[in-house]
Amino acid sequence: MENVKANEVLDAKGLACPMPIVKTKKVMNNLEAGQVLEVQATDRGSKADMKAWAESTGHQFLGTIEDGGVLKHYLRKASSDESIEKKHPDVVKNEELEQRLGEDVTILDVRESAEYAFTHIPGAISIPLGELEERIGELSKEKNIYVICRTGNRSDLACQLLGKNGFSQVINVVPGMSQWTGTVTGIES
Amino acid sequence: MDGNSNWDRKLIFFFEFENTIGGSKVTINVMTSGEVTKKVYNREELFILDVRNQSDFQDWKIEGANFSYLNIPYFELLDGVEEILGEIPADKNILVTCAKEGSSVMVAEMLSEAGLNVFYLEGGMKAWSEHLEPVKIADLTDGGQIYQFVRIGKGCLSYMVVSNGEAALIDATRMTDVYIDFAKRIGATIKHVFDTHLHADHISGGRSIAQKTGATYWLPPKDATEVTFKYSPLEDGNDVSIGHTTIQIQALYSPGHTIGSTSFVVDQKFLLSGDILFVDSIGRPDLAGKAEDWVSDLRETLYSRYKELSGELIVLPAHFMIIDELNEDGSVSEKLGTLFEKNHGLNIADESKFRSLVTENLPPQPNAYQEIRETNMGKINPDIDKQREMEIGPNRCAVR
Repeated sequence: MENVKANEVLDAKGLACPMPIVKTKKVMNNLEAGQVLEVQATDRGSKADMKAWAESTGHQFLGTIEDGGVLKHYLRKASSDESIEKKHPDVVKNEELEQRLGEDVTILDVRESAEYAFTHIPGAISIPLGELEERIGELSKEKNIYVICRTGNRSDLACQLLGKNGFSQVINVVPGMSQWTGTVTGIES
Repeated sequence: MDGNSNWDRKLIFFFEFENTIGGSKVTINVMTSGEVTKKVYNREELFILDVRNQSDFQDWKIEGANFSYLNIPYFELLDGVEEILGEIPADKNILVTCAKEGSSVMVAEMLSEAGLNVFYLEGGMKAWSEHLEPVKIADLTDGGQIYQFVRIGKGCLSYMVVSNGEAALIDATRMTDVYIDFAKRIGATIKHVFDTHLHADHISGGRSIAQKTGATYWLPPKDATEVTFKYSPLEDGNDVSIGHTTIQIQALYSPGHTIGSTSFVVDQKFLLSGDILFVDSIGRPDLAGKAEDWVSDLRETLYSRYKELSGELIVLPAHFMIIDELNEDGSVSEKLGTLFEKNHGLNIADESKFRSLVTENLPPQPNAYQEIRETNMGKINPDIDKQREMEIGPNRCAVR
């Protein structure tokens, strides 16, 4: 099973509804925007409720993994970066990247590793935005790098960071995985 | 149930609520599934605040002729109920429902603190799904009785035929204690347990009851080719008698919903039609994956075999779909002759139109129907929580 990273783990095992969500709400309040929470629950009803609750509150529901009777739900706290003005000039649409998938291109997915684990473009490299600076050496300056995230904001920041570090062939993919209709792989598929 | 310990449990539950509730005690009232059932039967008014998530509510809810609804998920009320107070009528009984009780207790408590007098549903929709209401259908010729067990939440109907201290069960649900206790109360020994077919919408209690009581478990062999346990093959023309003076239970092969589907004529008065014919609909032939193959069987059963039977027979089906099908006493039954006049599914002269009705645009299949079939075959043995989850929702065995 893929290792899904979370910033915080909440143990809600053995608790019946509404407690898993009551506790999740509390823990979520203390997380920073964009951080990932893993909720471990045994109440089977928590699956649909966790998803519906996340949607109603604007948090991102990443998915659920079932592990020996324990449901592990992954949620990402709503981030405030959604409205930031994008600055990186080189931009392509999802559809254009989809057409170039057969070519020798690098796709860099800068979402959190938990987001990537559930669904991503086959062959995409995962380096979360927060780790990009220290792991920049894993990337080649010789290739076109298509940078993708969920809505195009984190990937815009990643493009700027790569540009400052001497990468010249860097393209931001918009709107990103939230609207991606091409093939994907990951835990969900 | 011991009322005190139940209440203590509630209080303990609430003291665990920390910030959500202030911890003060206010009165909240409990309503049982049995009490809600009475309100359905009596066509009373009831305002249901269903705090499950929207998709669960849209899929399945408590139905009543004069019930009205508000669906707000409990997780949208964690910060308070002020916003919905205006939407709750002051002049009706208010029942808060959720999946398993916990969330409805929380919301009922918050509403009580806001000054409303509300009830929550004991055991939630889980209990509602499992509630069985026994209704006496009739006395039989020699002093026996026939009872219908109405599973009001899910629309499943099962039967107990009693004569001279012996009982037979037909299409029993997995709430086996209800039947066993009922038989005990009326002083009858369960001798025979029948399933009219291999069920796809609910888990049969037939095998388990037979094991517990020593009764014979009968299944139609054509539906039982894959079962992993021993059973008595139920075949066309089998006559089973119970009681010293014999109530006849006559098996009538009636394929169509499944290839083995079998009906019963009881006491020459009642036609137990299984999932072949309902009061306001007919059985669907697709749940075992064989819609095309079984259409002509279904038509043959409904339009020939049943047509040859007396129109005076009282049809007792294994399901109802909508509460309009309930009689005033809560039972579900109708004369066969009346159904031949009024049931749309029995009045489609054109065979190709019939074919398209029962094979095209079918409603969604029952929840987890494949797993339920495998459970009924003995291939898998899910635990009780899993069984409950598999059975969530309406039965969906009919086409209209």
